[in-house]
Parts: sequence; structure tokens; C-alpha cells
Amino acid sequence: MSPPRKTPLHSVHEELGATFTEFAGWHMPLRYTGDTAEHNAVRESAGLFDLTHMGEIRISGPQAGEALDYALLTHASAIKVGRARYTMICDASGGVLDDLIVYRTGEHEYMVVANAANAAVVSSELSERVRGFDAQHNDVSENYALIAVQGPRAVDILAPLTTTNLDEVRYFAGYESRVAGCEVLLARTGYTGEDGFELFVATEDAPVVWRALSDSGADHDLRPAGLSCRDTLRLESGMPLHGHELSTELTPFHANLGRVVKLDKPGDFVGRKALAEVAENPPERTLVGLRGSERRAPRHGYRVLDQEGAEVGTVTSGAPSPTLGHPIAMAYVDHSVGEPGTTLQVDIRGRSAVVEVVELPFYRRNR
Amino acid sequence: MAPEGTRYTREHEWVSPTGRDTVRIGITDYAQQQLGDVVFVDLPQVGERLTESATIGEVESTKSVSDLYAPVAGEVVARNELLDDRPELVNTQPYGDGWMVELRLDDSGALENLLDEAAYRTVLEQG
Repeated sequence: MSPPRKTPLHSVHEELGATFTEFAGWHMPLRYTGDTAEHNAVRESAGLFDLTHMGEIRISGPQAGEALDYALLTHASAIKVGRARYTMICDASGGVLDDLIVYRTGEHEYMVVANAANAAVVSSELSERVRGFDAQHNDVSENYALIAVQGPRAVDILAPLTTTNLDEVRYFAGYESRVAGCEVLLARTGYTGEDGFELFVATEDAPVVWRALSDSGADHDLRPAGLSCRDTLRLESGMPLHGHELSTELTPFHANLGRVVKLDKPGDFVGRKALAEVAENPPERTLVGLRGSERRAPRHGYRVLDQEGAEVGTVTSGAPSPTLGHPIAMAYVDHSVGEPGTTLQVDIRGRSAVVEVVELPFYRRNR
Repeated sequence: MAPEGTRYTREHEWVSPTGRDTVRIGITDYAQQQLGDVVFVDLPQVGERLTESATIGEVESTKSVSDLYAPVAGEVVARNELLDDRPELVNTQPYGDGWMVELRLDDSGALENLLDEAAYRTVLEQG
């Protein structure tokens, strides 16, 4: 094992007094001051994240779109230049290798962004899958840092630093732009349930862009925010995390994300046959939200029981919700107990706690 | 910092004498930093008898949950009721108002077996 890698912002995080964690081979800031304060800042003002551990893979060439149509679930060649899609990469049996965002950055150019833990797998799969197409695969993860500014004040913080008119950048749009004088891919995407931007910047420019955002955010209650609050933010927003709600053992249909499977796009794609079958035969278990009434939170892997104590499912993620003030969890449960309003129990380390099935997401921002 | 004479465990708990045979127990500053914001502390009841190394409670944060162990054997003579409503005291004053329980020791010499400050520092440095 090689030692964990440091992002180009490592010394900035150290100056800020960050607590670090090792995640997917990287030293990443877990938190700076406190998880709850950082979580609340993103909900109420804004948070600044270093997400350099994410993987970036560029696919380019005359058949880049067709190659991605074959490699991914989305209809990539139909994405307009400057737009992005949430999608997944599956294996032949329909299992989810990772969930992704794909940005069409040019007529013949796309950028695929993968989770850190799966970046190597996604990159090698894409490299295999583009063969036979007139397209090149280029893993550019080393070249990019990723900085996100997320929260209701994100526009106010970013606007003074860029010539791009942010009012014209729609949700899930991404353009080449300049921020603080540096070239960036500026995208209105995120993983927090709030408005916000993700900036792909050259590794050497990362400290300049971070400090510019940090300075601009000083009047807007911007806080540096670590990976710990990123997890509670995405959980409240009902967003899946690979390794929890998504895995190679499950298809998108299991996670109620059948909408990402574009069975009507032209041509074959990896997993099509298996996914078409699952589409016709809904899985036995369904992904639901659980609301706890006690203080102890259901956590990943805990058993879900019905009122008689029979096992009916498994928790995939759970935490005390900072925004809502009670425990929340996502879980796979039998369809028969998946209706909102159903009372269930979770075995929390040997003691059962009453939970109620609720609609996802737990939290939705006011637009 | 913890008062002089405080002892530590490899599980990142501290034990501090409050009388001839009584001690106060909490988690260390390092432990609270690793946990993140504490939202719930589950403590044993007064009168409970604890055997050494037994699981006696839980400390839950937004990020994770960790067990609380009895660093020494004894009887619970007090539990920190403040933590029921203000669990964040574990973060802000881990060696002060964030204490967890007080024990009457079965063996008043039991602290000798625990780590002193220098030894605990070494544990932290070795990761």
C-alpha cells in the first residue's frame, strides 16, 4: 500500500486546524471546527469543500458520445454541450460499479466524475469500453483539484470572482470559465441538496481559487466544510452513496433510480439485457426512508424488523439529522412494509428502536 | 488539559482521582475530536457494579457511535446528568463538565495499571 495522498490544499487545511481522515487512499479533511456547525452553514449560508479525491476521466474524439452511450446508462450523445447528467456505470449483470456525473464539455469531449473509492475501477472500465470507438480515454484525476462551494449564498460568493453570469448557469450545467484568474470547469452541481457550484481547477491553481472563495465568503458566513458533514448533508437529501445504497450486488432499480436506466436510447450498452429484465420484474426489496423517534440512530448494516420482530430489511445509512433534530436512515426493506407511515423497528446494537417509514428525501430546500 | 494525576487507557478514556477510592471517568480530547459532535451519551445508572473492560455505555456523534468501557472495576456513585441535555459538553470540556461517571473503586490501587500522561502521549504519537 502506498501512503495516503495529500491534496494540493493540504497545508491550507492544516492552517485551518482540520481533523483529517484517510479515505480511498487520500488524506482528506474530516472536519474543521464541528460537523454540526459545518452542516448548518451549508444549509443556511455556505460551505467550502475540497473534493480533490474524486476521479476525473476525459473521453474525447469524434465518437466520444457513442462510446459513452455504450459505457454508461445515460444517453450521453444526446447531452447538450455545457450540460451534465447524473448517471451510473454498470457491469454486464446490471450491478452498479459507481454513480457518476458526466459533463459534456465540447462537441467531442466529455468529463466523467467518479467517486474516489471507485475512481480506479471506473477509469479502467472506461478505458476498456471505449475500444472500438473513435475516442480516447484519458484519466486526468492527477491534473485536477475539485473545490465545491455549496449553500444558499454560493452565488453571492462566487459571482464577484468570475466573468460568467451565474444567473445563466442552470442546475446541472457546466462551462469552461475563469475564477480568480484561473481556468476552471465551473459546474452547478453538488452532493448536499443545496444550490452550489463545483469547480474543477488545475492542481497548481487550487490554493489560489480556495483562498479567493474563502475571502469572498467572509461576508457571507462561508465555512470550510469536511467530509463528515458532506455525508449527513447527502443523507438528509436522500442521495445514495456507493457502498451503502448502491453496490455491484444491486441494480439502479433497487435504489428506486430506474429513471437513470435509458433503455430507450439507441444501440447496446453494458448491462442492457440484465437491466431490461429487472425493469420487468421489480426487486423484492425497496429503498425507503426511516424516521427515528429516539435519540439513538440506526447505522449502516443494522437489521430492520417488523412489529413482531421478524427481519424485513437492512439499514444502508443512518445518522442523527442535524437539520431535522431526529435520527434518519435509509434502508432496503420488503415491499410489504415499504409504505410511508408503516411502523417498524431497528435493532440498534441489541436494543430495538421504533422507526417510521417516510418519503425520501428527508429534506428539500426551498427554491 | 486533564488535572495532574489523571490516568488514561488505550481506548482513549481518562480516569481522575476525586477521593481516596473514588474516580471520575471521561473520554479524552483526542477521542472527542475523532468522534465529532456528540449528540447522545448513554451512561450506566448509579449503583451499577462495573467489571473492568465491560461495555458500560455509548457515545454517539453525527458521524459514528463508540462504546464506553469501564477502565477499572467499581460501583457507579454518580453519572453526569448534564450530558442528558447538553451532550456537546463532551466536545467543549472533555476533562471538565463533559465527564461521564464517578466510580468507587473495588481496588484503590487499580489506577497504577493504567497509562500515565507520558505513556498515553506515546500511544497517540504512534497512531
